[in-house]
Amino acid sequence: MRPVAVLASRVRYEEKRLFAALERRGVPYAHVDTRRFSAELGGGARDGGRPRYAAALNREISHNRGLYASLLLEARGVPTVNRAEVVAVCGDKLRTSLELERAGVPVPRTAVALTPEEGADAAERLGFPVVVKPLTGSWGRLVAAVHDRAGAETVLEHRAALPSPQQHIVYLQELVDKPGRDVRVIVAGDEVLGATYRYGDGWRTNAALGGRSERCPLTPELTGPALAAARAVGGGVLGVDLVEGPDGPLVLEVNHTVEFRGFQDAHGDAVDVADAIVSHVLDAAGSGEAG
Amino acid sequence: MTLTCPECEGPVELAEPVRLSEIAQCADCSSELEVVGLDPVALALAPEIEEDWGE
Repeated sequence: MRPVAVLASRVRYEEKRLFAALERRGVPYAHVDTRRFSAELGGGARDGGRPRYAAALNREISHNRGLYASLLLEARGVPTVNRAEVVAVCGDKLRTSLELERAGVPVPRTAVALTPEEGADAAERLGFPVVVKPLTGSWGRLVAAVHDRAGAETVLEHRAALPSPQQHIVYLQELVDKPGRDVRVIVAGDEVLGATYRYGDGWRTNAALGGRSERCPLTPELTGPALAAARAVGGGVLGVDLVEGPDGPLVLEVNHTVEFRGFQDAHGDAVDVADAIVSHVLDAAGSGEAG
Repeated sequence: MTLTCPECEGPVELAEPVRLSEIAQCADCSSELEVVGLDPVALALAPEIEEDWGE
C-alpha cells in the first residue's frame, strides 16, 4: 500500500494519537510538514502515473496552507480528508453559514456587513447583544461580545485598524443565552462518534481558552442538526459546535481540522477518535488502492 | 527524554517516541517549543500563532 500523507506543521496530542493509530494498524504513512511542502504543476508530483499517496489526512493548523495543500494533492488524484472544498467552506464562517442556511440547519441569527462602518448599523438591526467574529480563525480569538452601539463602534474601529482586508468583513451573530456551555459533536462520514459539553469560565467555552469537557449524551436533538451540518458543508471528519438555545440546539460552526483532546479525555476508552479518523481515511483511500 | 529549553535552559521532558514538529512547553519559563530535529533531538522556540490558525 502506498503511504497515507498526514499534513501537519504542528504535531500536538491529536497528531500523536493519529500517528500511533496508523502504526497500530500497520498503515504506512508519511508526515508531511506543510512548511516544507511544494509541488510542481504539470504532473511533477506523480510517481509512475500513480499518485504518490494513497490518501491524505489534512491536519494542518494554518487554514491557507491546509487548503492549498489539499487542492494540490487532489489535483494529483490523492483523496484528501477533508476535501479541499470542505476546508474552504469550513474555514470561512460566512461560507459555512450559507451552506447551513441552504440545508435548513438551525443556526443563530446572523448578519454580515462588508465594511466596519456598516457593521454597527447591521448589529443594531440584528439586536444587541451580538457576537462579532472574524471570518477565519478558531479558539475564540478576536471574538467579541457587544452589548450596545457604543461597544460595537469601539470593536469595529479596532477591526478597521487591522491590516488584513478580510478582517474588515463584519460577521455578526446573536449572543445566544446558553447554559454556560456549548456542545461539540464529532462526526466521521455518517457516523457520530460522540459529543461533549464544553464549559468555560466566561461567555466563551472554547477548549483552547481553558474550557473543560464532559461527556454529553447523544440525543436525536443533537445528532440530527450535527449530521445535517456535516453533510451541508460536504462531509468528512468534522467537529460540529452547537449551542443549546431556548428553542433547541443551534449550530455555531463546523471545524474541519477537529481538535479532540478534551473529547478523548471525556470519553476515555469508550471512543477512539484517532482510530475512527484513520478508518475514515482508509475508506477514502480504498477505491484507489483497489485499482 | 530530557532536553534543555533553548530559552531558559530549564529541563524539558519529552515522552517517547519523540516526533518531528512536536510541540512541548517548558515548565520553567512556559515557552512553547518545537522539536526541529530527531538525530539528535533538538528544540527551538515554536512559531508564533498566525491569523489563519485554527481547527
